[in-house]
Amino acid sequence: MTISVFKTLKRLAAAALFAPTLALAAGAVLHLDKAPVSTDPAALQAGAKTFVNYCMNCHSASFVRYNTLTQIGLTEQEIRDNLMFTGERVGDLMKVSASPKEQKAWFGATPPDLTLIARQRASEFGSGADWLYTYLRQFYRDPNRPTGWNNKVFENVGMPHVLWELQGEQIAKVSEHDGVKSIELELAKPGKLSAQEYDKTVADLVSFLVWMGEPVAEKRKSVGVVVLIFLAGLFALTFALKKNYWKDVH
Amino acid sequence: MTTKSQELLNWIDERFPLTSTWKEHLSEYYAPKNFNFWYFFGSLALLVLVIQILTGIFLVMHYKPDASLNASGIPVAFASVEYIMREVPGGWLIRYLHSTGASAFFIVVYLHMFRGLLYGSYRKPRELIWIFGTLIFLALMAEAFMGYLLPWGQMSFWGAQVIVNLFSAIPVIGPDLSVVIRGDFVVSDATLNRFFSFHVIAVPLVLIGLVVAHIVALHEVGSNNPDGVEIKKKKDANGIPLDGIPFHPYYTVKDIVGVVGFLIFFTAIVFFAPEGGGYFLEYNNFIPADPLKTPPHIAPVWYFTPFYSILRAVTYPLFGIDAKFWGVVAMGAAVVIIAFLPWLDRSPVKSIRYKGGLFKGILAVFIVSFFILGYLGVLPPTPGRTLVAQICSVIYFAFFLAMPWYSKLDKCKPEPDRVTFK
Repeated sequence: MTISVFKTLKRLAAAALFAPTLALAAGAVLHLDKAPVSTDPAALQAGAKTFVNYCMNCHSASFVRYNTLTQIGLTEQEIRDNLMFTGERVGDLMKVSASPKEQKAWFGATPPDLTLIARQRASEFGSGADWLYTYLRQFYRDPNRPTGWNNKVFENVGMPHVLWELQGEQIAKVSEHDGVKSIELELAKPGKLSAQEYDKTVADLVSFLVWMGEPVAEKRKSVGVVVLIFLAGLFALTFALKKNYWKDVH
Repeated sequence: MTTKSQELLNWIDERFPLTSTWKEHLSEYYAPKNFNFWYFFGSLALLVLVIQILTGIFLVMHYKPDASLNASGIPVAFASVEYIMREVPGGWLIRYLHSTGASAFFIVVYLHMFRGLLYGSYRKPRELIWIFGTLIFLALMAEAFMGYLLPWGQMSFWGAQVIVNLFSAIPVIGPDLSVVIRGDFVVSDATLNRFFSFHVIAVPLVLIGLVVAHIVALHEVGSNNPDGVEIKKKKDANGIPLDGIPFHPYYTVKDIVGVVGFLIFFTAIVFFAPEGGGYFLEYNNFIPADPLKTPPHIAPVWYFTPFYSILRAVTYPLFGIDAKFWGVVAMGAAVVIIAFLPWLDRSPVKSIRYKGGLFKGILAVFIVSFFILGYLGVLPPTPGRTLVAQICSVIYFAFFLAMPWYSKLDKCKPEPDRVTFK
């Protein structure tokens, strides 16, 4: 009988494997570069600096307090000296000074809060970090857009290329193959950083965004290891207890 | 026992049925000795219920059912969940236990129901246990659906919008009914508050009541077992079933092993993959609810997807009523029909061990279609997928409705007199 159950289970597993071919995914496929996400404090601190200097002009991280950054190895004094510019207190939330209403009036839409952006952007095409890493490196010049910028991952994006001074200006070479439009990007005007340096800057920024999405992630995993080791021991103990009690059941 | 504690126990027993209840439901409740792996999921469902209630109590201390926007333009409800995740000591753990617990509840309950299907646990005299169980499943679906609105993310909001809109397809009363459910013309703060009330008070009360009824009914007739034979038919001189063993301590110590084994899987997800690959916590639900921005694809959480697929598979209007309405009817029927199993199964044997190839084959096809329906439910529909969903939906219903015939036709093996136990 157990055999028949296993047979059923086997059939189930086969069905689960073949089901995807029955219903092939339709729609656009996003090709994302794998983001080299780091948990190294130096990378996170560099990312925090880029975030505060470039992103926080428009975007808030309104669930994060400045002094939460002590978790990535900064002291409160360092945070005050390097990352705070407008007289907030170190326990304040990392918010832009403009209200959402004012921003809406200025930009047409409120720039989204970035606290959870790395968790929001995950999809079947890759992690949220992959999306952000690809997105921030694929802006190109487009005179048809009000900002003068477009993006290969996020078509007709509202945001201009805020990091253009660092990356330089890319232009798009559009080609068509069998009716499928493909865009190749080419660096037309170099920026302050080399391509490798820019990739590293973006990788650090993305690492910071990932950290910010769930600051407790590393602690969560380390607690998890302890919990699992404890449960493994407890399992052995309870299993032995059961064996002992069941000795006389025939 | 010392005389002092014996005296105390006597004092209580004269006023409250403590010892007799303990005996009736644990130390002298005789369960078949041949329970296998599938029999862990009942006690595990109880465990998950306790986890959900305990974590829920602590979440309610910090959660705010408020759809208005805070100074940063974020809905207060959404922000309060992030507050729990970031600033409440241990809040992240409590929240992940609760969100993973929701999915775990359905995994455990689906396996528990499948066990019933395998061994004919719904057959006479256990019909009422099965009906209470179906009602528990229904209550659980309502509980999960309403709980999912509370984080007030994009999927919370639009999932609720889609499902509540379905009720508006009911002729005559539909439009008013959906307004009553929402408390508004769209999903709003009023909806959030009433769903919160239902999620933390009304449905849990119903759920606990049904669980008690489920267990009381079970202990009245006694447990079924993998052989599907009644242990009460063969008793010793003292009236104790020959193949029965006292639930306590035998099954308490065994279920503890099951509990720890379950917790290993459960905590592995909680600590290492709490998003469950986007299935336990949907990625889009990390975006605060925005009534002005409809997401391109609205998918229910995985545990609803088989039934959601059945709903979407109905594409023909009938009797001049919208196909959407018949989809709702089909989805409701797909759940309710489970309750009728005791009267649909006419097999001479209960357990799959003694059923013939016909039943086993049909059961396998049913399970495969159920999985395909679940898989299709997370995807946006295409004509091809809808066709597959329609075929699988027909199989789903045919499994139940044709059972009176194929369960009779099936060539069964003779049942043993006593349970088999190695």
